[in-house]
Amino acid sequence: MSIRHGLLALLERGPRYGSQLRTEFESRTGATWPLNVGQVYTTLGRLERDGLVVQQGQDEAGHVLYAITDGGRAELRTWFERPVDRTSPARDELAIKLAMAVGAPGVDIREVIQSQRRHTVKAMQDYTRLKAQALTAVEAGGSRERDDVAWLLVLEQLIFQTEAEARWLDHCEARLIRLSTPAPGTDPAPARTKVPEPAPQGRRI
Amino acid sequence: MSTQQPVLQLQNLVRVHGSGATEVHALRGIDLAVHPGELVAVMGPSGSGKSTLLTIAGGLDMPTSGRVIVENTDITTAGLKELAALRRRSIGYVFQDYNLIPALTAAENVALPRELDGVSARKARVEALAALEEMSLGHLADRFPDEMSGGQQQRVAIARALVGDRRLVLADEPTGALDSETGESVLALLRSRCDAGAAGVLVTHEPRFAAWADRVVFLRDGAIVDQTVRSEADSLLTGQGQGPSWGQVAER
Repeated sequence: MSIRHGLLALLERGPRYGSQLRTEFESRTGATWPLNVGQVYTTLGRLERDGLVVQQGQDEAGHVLYAITDGGRAELRTWFERPVDRTSPARDELAIKLAMAVGAPGVDIREVIQSQRRHTVKAMQDYTRLKAQALTAVEAGGSRERDDVAWLLVLEQLIFQTEAEARWLDHCEARLIRLSTPAPGTDPAPARTKVPEPAPQGRRI
Repeated sequence: MSTQQPVLQLQNLVRVHGSGATEVHALRGIDLAVHPGELVAVMGPSGSGKSTLLTIAGGLDMPTSGRVIVENTDITTAGLKELAALRRRSIGYVFQDYNLIPALTAAENVALPRELDGVSARKARVEALAALEEMSLGHLADRFPDEMSGGQQQRVAIARALVGDRRLVLADEPTGALDSETGESVLALLRSRCDAGAAGVLVTHEPRFAAWADRVVFLRDGAIVDQTVRSEADSLLTGQGQGPSWGQVAER
């Protein structure tokens, strides 16, 4: 996550002080990626060193204000224009876990998939509830509308991401079942992945 | 929620198709209770028994064993007449392909189940218009199904399912024929009807639609293998103040 560019984007709207930047960052992203004030000041320090922001006086309460420079604006424009790099994907623990679960002794991969699916769908339920609330806020309009729209976009990204994960889990399960069922008329190949028979009784709920 | 009597109870539900070597166990001992105000989503791969569960819950098919209790009546032991009355008065269906009657307007479609209940045509129309109005569909009252979009037809179908005193809505892939934006608005309407006191069962293979439910039940090979319950507290994200309540969420 680029705190650096996030702060530059907020500063483009006018000079601000540290904790103000933190509050604005969080109201745009719904505190999905919480920042502490220390991180904000460290980042501001680096931006200042690189000539992208300058200190510009104080407000009445004595907060040091920071302002974006022309260099900072150019950097920000480049950031918006440049796609986020996807060529070296971040390490994904779930993908690694499933890759390790294939053929692992004593591991029921379907259970691994199901317990993740429960967790993922649950997260989607919670995000969806927050989304419905954000939609209501956006439709009601008001002064915070720009922040509400930004938060809605972030939430929808979380929903799309969890949805992709749930679909991928369904796909993994279907593929493992297909691979463990020998095609009719062929000798049963040694199944690499054991898919246990379902329990005969449903769990009481 | 749990202090109220469930609108729908499935008890140790078993459904076997065929017999002997061709025997198929479609449902293997399902227990499920759905309370007023609750929307339950049923997910699972094709062939897991989702649709069988829904048709049995609605009295369209009978279980091999087990009980189906709708509004305190066991439909597996009810007489044919009683079953027909229960299906008319207590249970609403929403299908993937809307199933509105093409020759009737939206209002007439919604009024139809009430007329079949023996309510006068005039009163049925008043009730239908009220139901449509309540779901912000009043402007569609005089349109025929082919004059409405798929999403509009599906919303009218939800109004029809819940007109009168009906409290149980059973929806089988209601978003299957809709684009995702429209599907979302149909789910939002279903959600708001449940918030208003209906009990809903939604069969879907789309996780993002199941995510509108209070509870997601996972079916596999005819058995419930797992379920999720949405958190009461705002456990996922900090800084959001009070957790959102579905009751505050306006329908779209």
